Amino acid sequence: MLLSIKNLHASVQGKEILNGVNLEVNRGEVHAIMGPNGTGKSTLASVIAGREVFEMTSGEILYKGKNLQKLSVEERAREGIFLGFQYPVEIPGVSITNFMRTAVNEIRKYKGLDALSASEFIKMMEEKKKLVEITSNLTNRSVNEGFSGGEKKKNEIFQMAMLEPMLAILDETDSGLDIDALRIVANGVNKLRRPDNAFVVITHYQRLLDYIIPDYVHVLFEGKIVKSGGKELALELEERGYDWIKKEQVE
Amino acid sequence: METTVQQSITLERMVHLFESNRQVLASNDTALLSEIRDKAFILFGKLGFPDTKMEAWRHTDLKDSLERGYDYYLHPLPEEDVQKVFRCNIPHLDTAIIGQLNGWYVSKEVPLMELGNGIIMGSLAEAKKKYPALVDKYYSRATGDTAEVFTAMNTAFAQDGIFIYVPAGVKSTKPVQLINVIHHYENLFLQSRNLIVIGDNASLSLVHCDDSYNQQASFSNIVTEIFLGENAFLDHYKLQNLNNNSTLISTVYFQLEAAANLESHYLSLNGGLLRNNIRVLFNGTHGNADIYGLYLMDRRQHIDNHVFVDHASPDCTSNEIFKGILDENAHGVFNGHVLVRRNSTGTDARQTNKNILLTDTARVNSKPFLEIYNDDVKCSHGSTTGQLDSEALFYLRQRGIGEESARMLLMFAFANEIVGKIAIPQLRQRIEDMVKKRLQGELQICEQCVLHCSTPEQPVEFKIDMSKI
Repeated sequence: MLLSIKNLHASVQGKEILNGVNLEVNRGEVHAIMGPNGTGKSTLASVIAGREVFEMTSGEILYKGKNLQKLSVEERAREGIFLGFQYPVEIPGVSITNFMRTAVNEIRKYKGLDALSASEFIKMMEEKKKLVEITSNLTNRSVNEGFSGGEKKKNEIFQMAMLEPMLAILDETDSGLDIDALRIVANGVNKLRRPDNAFVVITHYQRLLDYIIPDYVHVLFEGKIVKSGGKELALELEERGYDWIKKEQVE
Repeated sequence: METTVQQSITLERMVHLFESNRQVLASNDTALLSEIRDKAFILFGKLGFPDTKMEAWRHTDLKDSLERGYDYYLHPLPEEDVQKVFRCNIPHLDTAIIGQLNGWYVSKEVPLMELGNGIIMGSLAEAKKKYPALVDKYYSRATGDTAEVFTAMNTAFAQDGIFIYVPAGVKSTKPVQLINVIHHYENLFLQSRNLIVIGDNASLSLVHCDDSYNQQASFSNIVTEIFLGENAFLDHYKLQNLNNNSTLISTVYFQLEAAANLESHYLSLNGGLLRNNIRVLFNGTHGNADIYGLYLMDRRQHIDNHVFVDHASPDCTSNEIFKGILDENAHGVFNGHVLVRRNSTGTDARQTNKNILLTDTARVNSKPFLEIYNDDVKCSHGSTTGQLDSEALFYLRQRGIGEESARMLLMFAFANEIVGKIAIPQLRQRIEDMVKKRLQGELQICEQCVLHCSTPEQPVEFKIDMSKI
């Protein structure tokens, strides 16, 4: 098992957002987490990534059998957890090249590997750019600065390709994308799928799941996963909306 | 007579010093300069030293600096170890170098260099003797009637400094590096005066370094007048890397004639108390002045940038961007004053001051200020002070970058907006490295640094290659 979340409770500034999430993700799987706005989807992603503003009040998260709570944000990342941001942050003055070179080499150092030479690194960047179909010269620009919504999301996928995570959580990577950008993002994910890694795709819409076929679909509602199923659950949600799930909960 | 006894800087001491040494002070003066000196002395006496009740000095308290005991000399000190002192070298930068030791021009064998293309540079004291008409034409013309005590004191007391003259139409090909090193085994109070004239359609690239050699306390009062003729261009760099016991009051007057273009970069990397008075006067239409500042301060260091831009002519543009990172108990002051006069239509003036405070005890007083007497203008000003962006920190760390490295990347990125504007590639590289090293001061882990200095073995100091002098 790659990720095992048991009875996870988490709050931000004293307000409980997650109240008892259970989720198990195995290597080689793609999970989709769906649900209406404000039910804790992004919070779940942030808690797994270790963002300090979210407080884990009870439960446990095991990743590769290790208790994640003891690891810092960067240690989790070096262990292979990647978070694709819903709103990628603009960082003026830091070039994507320097950003990625630093990240790749810090992760390599953590694993006891030598730093990549400049030429090895550039070669790697070119390969990954091709993989995620980035044709423009994003790499010499400051991280996300002045990028369009689509460019920012493609840049997230590019970074994911560079860092080769074991567990990638994509937080509404599809939001604000036109159909071409959506296809590029989805293709990137599909090309990076391997038997030993896993993806958790957070999305509002079925649309993305036409391109990234999930093994499991979960519905997160009021801080809990209330329904799980196969890919057909996503279609049902698309057709019927979330109201019937809300009703089921009340009953 | 001269004082070598360590004394505080007081009005009484200075009045006595002037009255007993007037002949020595004025020994190289023309009749006009002598008159200017006497007038300045009277003004100095009237103004006296400032205290924090005065608006211009509200956030910069000079009391401790003035009260220390200092030597004051009326002649240059022996230069037995000049070779050791001038360590300021920017690798691979081909410059013409002018050295100043404790405010005095260094090379006595060649007090004034006269180059083939008509450029004159060297000692101002010598220029007064050799080119009296030229000096008379400009000296104290940019300072004007400014009722500013340190300018008045400087005009009353200054004996030497640097003179640079670039004749009309001459484009200086090499950057000129002007290095003032403070080096003395006792506390030292010094004053020097620089006069730089760039003729019509002429251009100059000037790198002006203030450096100190040891940890001895010093008080420097340096006034520089820079004249840019019509359509002249000056690329100006002020590098300040002084010890923590030094006080530097640097006042630069830029006077721009029509269509003159000024790019000025103030890079303050270290110092005890630094006060930069930067005054720009647009004396003709269609001038442009870009003034950039970067200051990285820690411990109890104090930096005060006072910028006054006088849009006295129509259709001129000015842009100020000052950025600072303050750590520990450092204190930053920014005071930007743009004056747009009644007839100055078509003015475009911008002011920005951004600060990052790394601790709760670091402080900033920022006051961008526009004074506009005209409707046909485009003006903007802004000031921000805060911590490093926590969203950006999380983003970097989520990619596996350690917290300290992430902080350093963000700080460097912040500083690099200013560093990136340095037009001389070798200088930019050098400053980039110095900024990186300076930022590591917070972290003290050079081996693990992510910023990839090109010269990690070199300590942080300005260095000069004596062979080029």
